[in-house]
Amino acid sequence: MTVELGHFALILALVIAVVQGTVPIVGAHRNHAAWMDLARTAALAQFALVAMSFGCLMHAYVTSDFSVLNVAMNSHSSKPLLYKISGTWGNHEGSMLLWVLILTVFGAAAAAFGGNLPPTLRARALAVQAWIAIGFYLFILLTSNPFERLVPAAVDGRGLNPLLQDPGLAFHPPFLYLGYVGFSMAFSFSIAALIEGRVDAAWARWVRPWTLAAWTFLTIGITLGSWWAYYELGWGGWWFWDPVENASFMPWLAGTALLHSAIVVEKRDTLKGWTVFLAIVTFGLSLLGTFLVRSGVLTSVHAFATDPARGVFILLLLVIIIGGSFALFAWRGPSLRGGGMFRPISREGGLLLNNLLLSTAAASVLLGTLYPLMLESVGGGKVSVGPPFFNAVFIPLMAPLVVAMAVGALLPWKRADIASALKRLWLAALVAAAAVAATWTVYADAPLVGLVGMGLAAWLFVGTLVELAGRIRLLRATPGESLRRFATLPRAAWGMTLAHAGLAVAIAGMTGAGVWKVESIQVMAPGETVNVGGYDYLFEGAERSRGPNYTILGGRFTVTRDGRPVTTLFPEKRTYPVEGRQTTEAAIHTTFWGDLYAVIGDPAGNDGGYVTRIYFNPLVAWMWGGVAIMVVGGMLSLTDRRHRVGAPTRRRTTGRAKPAPAEA
Amino acid sequence: MRRIVYLVPLAVFLVLAAYFWVGLGKDPQIIPSVLIDQQVPPFALKPIRGRDRGFSSDDLPGQVSLVNIFGSWCVACRIEHPFLMKLKADGVVPIHGIDWREKDPNAGPAWLARFGDPYTLVGDDPESKAAIAFGVTGAPETFIVDARGVIRYKQIGPITPEIWENQLWPIVQKLRAQ
Repeated sequence: MTVELGHFALILALVIAVVQGTVPIVGAHRNHAAWMDLARTAALAQFALVAMSFGCLMHAYVTSDFSVLNVAMNSHSSKPLLYKISGTWGNHEGSMLLWVLILTVFGAAAAAFGGNLPPTLRARALAVQAWIAIGFYLFILLTSNPFERLVPAAVDGRGLNPLLQDPGLAFHPPFLYLGYVGFSMAFSFSIAALIEGRVDAAWARWVRPWTLAAWTFLTIGITLGSWWAYYELGWGGWWFWDPVENASFMPWLAGTALLHSAIVVEKRDTLKGWTVFLAIVTFGLSLLGTFLVRSGVLTSVHAFATDPARGVFILLLLVIIIGGSFALFAWRGPSLRGGGMFRPISREGGLLLNNLLLSTAAASVLLGTLYPLMLESVGGGKVSVGPPFFNAVFIPLMAPLVVAMAVGALLPWKRADIASALKRLWLAALVAAAAVAATWTVYADAPLVGLVGMGLAAWLFVGTLVELAGRIRLLRATPGESLRRFATLPRAAWGMTLAHAGLAVAIAGMTGAGVWKVESIQVMAPGETVNVGGYDYLFEGAERSRGPNYTILGGRFTVTRDGRPVTTLFPEKRTYPVEGRQTTEAAIHTTFWGDLYAVIGDPAGNDGGYVTRIYFNPLVAWMWGGVAIMVVGGMLSLTDRRHRVGAPTRRRTTGRAKPAPAEA
Repeated sequence: MRRIVYLVPLAVFLVLAAYFWVGLGKDPQIIPSVLIDQQVPPFALKPIRGRDRGFSSDDLPGQVSLVNIFGSWCVACRIEHPFLMKLKADGVVPIHGIDWREKDPNAGPAWLARFGDPYTLVGDDPESKAAIAFGVTGAPETFIVDARGVIRYKQIGPITPEIWENQLWPIVQKLRAQ
């Protein structure tokens, strides 16, 4: 019964979305306040209905209701509760429902907290949100209905892909979708602005926090996925330039560009057409990211959800949403004229360079991802584009970006003097040179990319600190004055400092883990020792045991360094009898300088030996830590008063006594 | 001029969408086989342990049949296996097996003893002799061979109930009607 209720709620949400997509837009055109206001009520109602619908599906999962096809196909009664819950979105149909749920969450947030937006802009943006929602409701109801019944009910379910039965991956899709869908806000506001023919500072002030929130979520989502690949796939790697990874990385690159160009719109009243374009591209890439995994257009190791049958619908949806937006952009875009003057050497000039490099990077990742498909379309056969292409294109684009990042943050708006900015960076240059020299001393045979990576990381980190020191007038004012400035620094400034510094730390980590990884694969009998990266791994043997819904082959390594004990590692190989699959659980011991990483494989040899893979992955903790710092920066920036949407506008226009709305 | 710049994104997107449209029509699983509509290459495989008869290309003419490449080491074959057992139980079409690349000659028979044996004839192919002749790229793969011993279809990857209903079964019925 609850399942039919969920299905019905979703149909009702579709009906409301149709109303929300039409009435307010007519109302905005005729300046009819009640019709425009309908958008807010409708957005809240949509959220309530989809939340109910999603709750019903989750209920079916938690209670293991195998009369529901989706549950029977993807769950099993013996699964731990966490994975019954995460199983709700661990499949195609459920993940689409999660997608619209998040869409309605954002819509409801805009309706609830958008009290001080210009009413026509709000009505139009919410109408655009509703159009997106209509497309997804139809997609779910017509091609991917999670509420389909199974008659007769299954005795038990088929189980969830064991690779997905993991805490990292349980929460990877929700964060990824919070990011993808979060960019729908910038998109809806851009379409609304194109319809209105007006983009101004108030508009940018609205778009920025939503974009920043989406960016923060997407960063978390991508990192969770990468982290999962690192410890679960057991290959010792964390990024494979796999089409599905690229699909999430492209909106991140475009979203990062959007985040920065929106600042220029707000502060300098220019780059308007470009920012609107970026908002469309970012959301378009998010849609592509959602669907690349689903449609079977691209094959990849993440093949868990491919289904060509839905491809046509998806393509149609993409063509209507993205193609329609670009058509509107071609028609209305030229009327968005910028006001401010634009000089190349200025903060806005630096941000433009940032945009050019980031969008080129996004375009080249897109090209590399789609090239195999395009070649096949014209009958060129099957090829795959791998890490060598991406590394060769991506790294040379990122290096100048990082160099410019430290400089750009020091440039004032409008007109800047590059010489004085460079002069302030002498310390950064010195530390960067020292970092390169130190790296070269330790690894005399270091490849160029390793030296450059470490140098860039040091340059950006110190450069960011120099910017911070400048803001608080360190050593120029009295220590007390500096401390006071430090304490009262706006949170948005802290956000930038942390995000840039975090990126520097992450670059050091990525360089270390990418360039100086030590790998050793061998057959080891119990009692044998192997030396990897300066650590001795004594293999003590392996034994079998049972987990909640799997059996375990658990190995045991005692790790010592120069005879002193370091740690004991317990890698596992799990076999899931229901699904008939195996997963690898790498054992990882994290240290400041690198991760000790051990994997146990199949039995081999005649004397009770096993295939073992042992890695030393340098500076991996820096990579995760750096990303964590970036995320904290994003969150801190979101709490800035200046980002509390519309606060300055309200002061300027009316004296309404409503408290400043909180951030969603 | 300014207007044309604003048209560029739309144009680029439409080209991209056209590629997608063409790409969608192609199943990513399909790798065209040069052997389609060719006579089955001659092969003669020894029986696996526990069986008396082997499997050779001379066994194929006479009726429409499936030739399934499998191996006890192949995880996807394990996924496909229950469905092959169902096909055997339904008795819709004879399925012959090529036990491919077993390092241990007991592994294939043990696997079939444990999970069930859906095959009419099975040949042991540890050195990939037949597999190379068939142009096999991985296991499982399944060929539909018509009553004249001509390969008519190649399925890469596990046969699922949907693939069977939508693709393989219609072909088998059509070939029988001829």
